[in-house]
Amino acid sequence: MNKTVNPTDLQLEDDGPLYAAQKKVYPQSVSGTFRRTKWGLMAFCLGVYYLLPFVRWNRGLGAPDQAVLVDLPNSRFYFFFIELWPQEVYYFTGLLIVAALTLFLMNAVGGRIWCGYLCPQTVWTDLFYAVERMIEGDRRERMRKDAAKGTMKLERFAEILLKHSIWLMIAWWTGGAWVLYFNDAPTLVKQLVIFQAPMIAYVWIAILTATTYIFAGWMREQVCVYMCPWPRIQAALTDEWALNVTYKYDRGEARTSLKKANELRALGQPVGDCIDCYQCVAVCPTGIDIRNGPQLDCIQCGLCIDACDTVMTKIGRETRLIGYDNDINIHRRQEGKPPIYRIVRPRTIIYTAMIAAVGAIMLYAMLTRSLLDINVLHDRNPVAVKLSDGSIRNAYTVRLLNKRGFDRVIAIDVDGPVNATLHVVGADSVTQDRPMIILARDTTTELRLLVTAPAENNPEKSVPVHFRVTDIGLGEVASATDHFVAP
Amino acid sequence: MTEHSDIDHVSGRSTTGHEWDGIKELNTPLPRWWVITFYATILWAIGYWIVYPAWPLLWSHTTGIWNYSTRAEVATELANLEKIRGDKMVALGAAPLEEIEKNPALLALARARGKTVFGDNCAPCHGSGGAGAKGYPNLNDDEWLWGGSLDQIMQTIQFGARSGHPKTHESAMLAFGKEGVLKKDEIVTVANYVRSLSGLPTAAGYNATVGAKIFADNCVSCHGDNGKGNQELGAPDLTDKIWLYGSDEATLVETITNGRTGVMPAWVSRLDPSTIKALTVYVHSLGGGK
Repeated sequence: MNKTVNPTDLQLEDDGPLYAAQKKVYPQSVSGTFRRTKWGLMAFCLGVYYLLPFVRWNRGLGAPDQAVLVDLPNSRFYFFFIELWPQEVYYFTGLLIVAALTLFLMNAVGGRIWCGYLCPQTVWTDLFYAVERMIEGDRRERMRKDAAKGTMKLERFAEILLKHSIWLMIAWWTGGAWVLYFNDAPTLVKQLVIFQAPMIAYVWIAILTATTYIFAGWMREQVCVYMCPWPRIQAALTDEWALNVTYKYDRGEARTSLKKANELRALGQPVGDCIDCYQCVAVCPTGIDIRNGPQLDCIQCGLCIDACDTVMTKIGRETRLIGYDNDINIHRRQEGKPPIYRIVRPRTIIYTAMIAAVGAIMLYAMLTRSLLDINVLHDRNPVAVKLSDGSIRNAYTVRLLNKRGFDRVIAIDVDGPVNATLHVVGADSVTQDRPMIILARDTTTELRLLVTAPAENNPEKSVPVHFRVTDIGLGEVASATDHFVAP
Repeated sequence: MTEHSDIDHVSGRSTTGHEWDGIKELNTPLPRWWVITFYATILWAIGYWIVYPAWPLLWSHTTGIWNYSTRAEVATELANLEKIRGDKMVALGAAPLEEIEKNPALLALARARGKTVFGDNCAPCHGSGGAGAKGYPNLNDDEWLWGGSLDQIMQTIQFGARSGHPKTHESAMLAFGKEGVLKKDEIVTVANYVRSLSGLPTAAGYNATVGAKIFADNCVSCHGDNGKGNQELGAPDLTDKIWLYGSDEATLVETITNGRTGVMPAWVSRLDPSTIKALTVYVHSLGGGK
């Protein structure tokens, strides 16, 4: 990695064409800690994805009872106890910042944890590989069958057909679950079954079926290596303390077969632990050799650790020849020092602090957000009207937002020009000179407000006017300021 | 792709078989995918001719088996729009005018529909917000030539003013100067009298008694004894602060000399009843409605 290269040598080197045809990868099955972790996380992620739309959450009469729902026709987003309006999508900005920082933190602690265990591409590809293995057999069998392509028998054809059918079914479920987040899930499922669902639902199911099938069935590691930006960003964000899936070459080199190792040991020569069995390569879902050091293609799924540990246990050597480690510790061991692990360091502290800060800001914004709001728009044509008695009238379009799940009564007060009177078009219910309005639940109400003031008391060309709405029951207040102008 | 098997010895590739002065052309066929795509586009075009309007004929054109036309599409969309509006507009048409303003849902509908219709039909004269202009009344204020109640506004929208419709508001101001009823100096005097009615300053040397006399003899029949106007005749109130054409002496002299015969078209034949209702409520809600 740190080899110095003479620039002239670089020019002479021919890297060949930039294009490389896909080499089919045949990952072998493996068992161990990381494989078990991956099965568990896969079950959890897929379980959440497929079942979440069916979770119910009572929001009272008239409101949807789906826990997570993107209600596009009514422009509402529901997430358990949270309901967001379109103008509040900036909460998602905070969420995205937290997500990005969490990714950076994961990277600073344990490398590409996201890529190896949680990324949908990894989870679905892993699932598709499991199906392939179940139907066509393990690595060697699949390689043999593919090599005998020319003489395809009916049995082999049926195998391939079955594999693709199951893949397509999984892909179809993936697309099907996606659309359930945008409509009442039980209703939509019924509609889908009797082919009465909206066209758009079928279109999206088709799109996501196609992407899932193509990405997880055909493109697989190509998505990670060529399409995804994260490996590039990750490489730029990592540091020397981050733990990555690493071949501990201080222990492994020089690679020697088991038999030869015994002979060399007898001669008193140094021998590495790696027996060059290629199990780490056989199980790799991206088809790389981890012993070549950290590389862009490595998604750090940890399966090579399991493969190597299995072999090491079998031959009675210490496990974790491949494991989460870094170059610093390799060099320290070479120098005979004990390894050190620094999870808590400025980088991780700063990421954690940033996550906490953004999270706190979001929480504060969420808890203090207004559930009653007012927007005022001054009439522009005409800006002001002179009445027959010479007094001045300004008209305002007022939009009131009631984000609560129930109707409520509000009073409107106006404070601005001297001796001004307020009239709300269509509102005859007046109590103590305050127009009272009923705001329907979870919607906006538009009102036309007329403010009239005698000209002689208001010689200024423009005076500020404050609108204040008060919830009679809850005492919640919202206000807005505009201007009252003379013609 | 080629049936020629003539191989060029230098390049080892087949030739087209054509020869010019001993020089042969190498056969370099188009890529297969390109050719297939090209044929596919031709097939597509033929399909297009069959289903869509395509070829001009002498007096018409081929219509295609789908009978598609953009005009029919617009008609369908308009029909769909009517269907969507359907029930709501029917409810609006059935409700009495006073009820519409008291019902928030109907009021919102009437104001939304009225605003659109106003923009399409009324804005050219009255302005997009109904602010009016010289000779075109401001619909936001509280002075109404023909009355500002819901019924009166609807009446005016339906039949217009001096529109030629049998039910329209007919009366107009006489051209006192042009018709020779009043002489020029009498017109100036009465113009100053009219200014005095709303407290505006009068010209030097103006004789109030003469002015009052001329006003009483010629104007009170329409504008009333005290100049308060008469909405039955579309005669404006001369005592308030609102002037349709202007309150300066020159404008008043012009008004009295030539009369005023502003025209508003009748909309009863152009807009359906529920739309006129919506428009009425919208204009009434602009601010000046009585």
